[in-house]
Amino acid sequence: MSSTTMDGAVPAPRVTGNHVAGRVRACDTTGLPVCLVAQKFIWLHAVAAVVFLLVGGIGALLLGLTRWPAVHLLDPQWFYRILTLHGLNMLIFWIINFEIAILYFAGTVLLNSRLYSKALAWTGFGLMTVGSLMVNYAIFEGRSDVLMTSYLPLMATPVFYLGIILFAVGALVAVGNFFGTIYIAKRDRTYEGSVPLVVFGAIAAAIIAVVALLHGAIAMVPTFLQSIGVISNLDPAWYRLTWWGLGHMSQQINVCAMVSVWYFLATLTTGAKPLNQAVCRGAFVLYILFINVASAHHLLVDPGVSAAWKIWNTSYAMYLAVLASMIHGFTVPAAVEQAMRAKGHDRGLFGWLTAAPWGNPGFSGFMLSLVIFGFGGGITGVTLGTQQINIMAHNTLRIPGHFHMTVVGGTTLAFMAVTYYVVPLLFRREFYARGLCRLQPWLFGIGITLVGIGMSFAGSYGVPRRHWDIEFSGAQFATGFDSGAHVMLGLMGIGVLLAFTGLLLYILLTVAAVFFGRRIEGRAMEPWHVERTPVAPRGEPGVVSPARVPGALALGIVFLACFAVFYFANWLWLSDVWHVR
Amino acid sequence: MSIHAPAADWFRAPHGEEKVWVGLAILWCIVMTIAMPYWYLFGKQNSAGESYRVTPQEFRDRVDRFVETNRVSDIQGVPVVQPAPGGDAYLRAQMWTWYPILKFKKGQTYRLHISSVDLQHGFSLLPLNMNFQVLPGYDHVLTLTPTSSGEFSIVCNEFCGIGHHMMTGRIIVEG
Repeated sequence: MSSTTMDGAVPAPRVTGNHVAGRVRACDTTGLPVCLVAQKFIWLHAVAAVVFLLVGGIGALLLGLTRWPAVHLLDPQWFYRILTLHGLNMLIFWIINFEIAILYFAGTVLLNSRLYSKALAWTGFGLMTVGSLMVNYAIFEGRSDVLMTSYLPLMATPVFYLGIILFAVGALVAVGNFFGTIYIAKRDRTYEGSVPLVVFGAIAAAIIAVVALLHGAIAMVPTFLQSIGVISNLDPAWYRLTWWGLGHMSQQINVCAMVSVWYFLATLTTGAKPLNQAVCRGAFVLYILFINVASAHHLLVDPGVSAAWKIWNTSYAMYLAVLASMIHGFTVPAAVEQAMRAKGHDRGLFGWLTAAPWGNPGFSGFMLSLVIFGFGGGITGVTLGTQQINIMAHNTLRIPGHFHMTVVGGTTLAFMAVTYYVVPLLFRREFYARGLCRLQPWLFGIGITLVGIGMSFAGSYGVPRRHWDIEFSGAQFATGFDSGAHVMLGLMGIGVLLAFTGLLLYILLTVAAVFFGRRIEGRAMEPWHVERTPVAPRGEPGVVSPARVPGALALGIVFLACFAVFYFANWLWLSDVWHVR
Repeated sequence: MSIHAPAADWFRAPHGEEKVWVGLAILWCIVMTIAMPYWYLFGKQNSAGESYRVTPQEFRDRVDRFVETNRVSDIQGVPVVQPAPGGDAYLRAQMWTWYPILKFKKGQTYRLHISSVDLQHGFSLLPLNMNFQVLPGYDHVLTLTPTSSGEFSIVCNEFCGIGHHMMTGRIIVEG
């Protein structure tokens, strides 16, 4: 557990905060204290996450190659089975495992605290693992082809529901362990003043996770009871409302975790500091307060809920959750701009951006995540979530087009990016093939962007999501789609191939590093980039004060212009369809 | 730094470009907040969610009565049913058919009742790309005015089992 200094002397283990001697080490790169118990569970959850990412990723490839009409690989039964597999492994098992790893990291390392309870950590990890294995077993066993949402009256086997319940309980236990850690850190005064911003974001994610997982329990426990015949006739509209309390809110966990990773990586890769902590923290609070009835986004063209209910719940308190994302999407690049300008990269409006370390996968990964999340997922999401515009989007490929740009291009890519720091700093292993590491975020980011664009435009023709055959073979009344839709599905298919290559590369590089990488104990990690020497600014030095961020504001205005064009174009388009009330 | 505790005086108002951006973002959120109620009052396309409880058997009976009363012809053995303008029309979703074929007049308004007698289904009108959710137990009423004529397809866009992709139907609109 001890590290060796330059002259070979072994320093006494540093014990600060509330750490226990022998269960803490100092990071060889940053000097931050690492709780070794937390480190072990971060490792376990991260490795589990990557295993489920591989399973879900193989599913993605098979699905992409089926929905690409020119290939149309799987038969319908396997298509829906793999679709169920893909959704659950990606959206639940991969992402929540990684998020628990982030919570354990933020609660311990950044607060100089030990992990609250090893027993709770084992319980959480055990339940999550058993639950996810049960769900995967139920899917392959072949009587649970109900897709991720398992909309009643569709029925899966009891094992399927029980697996989800156990996973959710395990995740709740892990989140509880995180809150316990926050509590003992505060009690033992392991940090001064307010918690760091990244921890603040993690706390926001954890609070939303509790609410989301409770909704999951309310939806899943009665459904499980129905599957074993204890109760019957559960209402499908009730199920949709409650299930999406889990389904949509868990996307807000992803957003919070992703934004925390953006701030974390901005600091690690460029030394960026938030311009204004009150603004950043306020934005996290907006997520907690104004996202809770987000399941309405999935019921915008449903029976049983009124127009007033739909309008209120999709925009309540003035879209303040959207405002929060628009704030983070600005403050992160603005902080990078400020840091880069302070280093002397002060040329023109965007000199800071061109001089940024784009070859550092930690930097390129999180910036691509930010751009894809904002320009792709954000603009489409708010537009499709507009009550009336949803008439032209509900259950079409526009919906997965949107969320592949938020949760995959956004969250998953951010998590991939942070891996390039987690492995050397926490697991103390170097990556091999560093050139491929630098390429990986670009490959994955470009691939998933093509997936998002292809799906979104195909969906604009009305191409349904979750649909095996858009030729409708065997149907009594023949129908089909314009050739433009087929071109867009082809584009999606190419995107799937690129993104899958990027995903496989990520897994291979990470597995090679975690299990076989060169150990780097006792010395700092190999930096991902070398600081460039600033080009002398044109004109007089200090024309632009380093405290100002005109470049980020210009990017923000470009973003708003794109948003407005897309938003009003959709209204115009809507005005053209049949009248309906 | 976002990984260290902030300075003690971190709680302060934004300034400079950040203040401008927060202002712009709030303005845009206000625009979007106004847009939906505006369209509800003045726009022609809304999903009011009007619906009534109905059992699958009751709905089946209503569809059958509607077909008996208003049938005008058959296409491929499926009745073509033309309701009176301003009247009620019924559409039954069932694994894996939409029943019956509906015939409307352009510019006339109909109260279209849609429900399912088994699983959830998705009413998707092509090539217009208008989509509504269909649930068993709920009579979902769309007050619908076709503004274009021709033959339109209905496909199902909510997963309803292995034959989901075969679930198609027709709406015919006369000019």
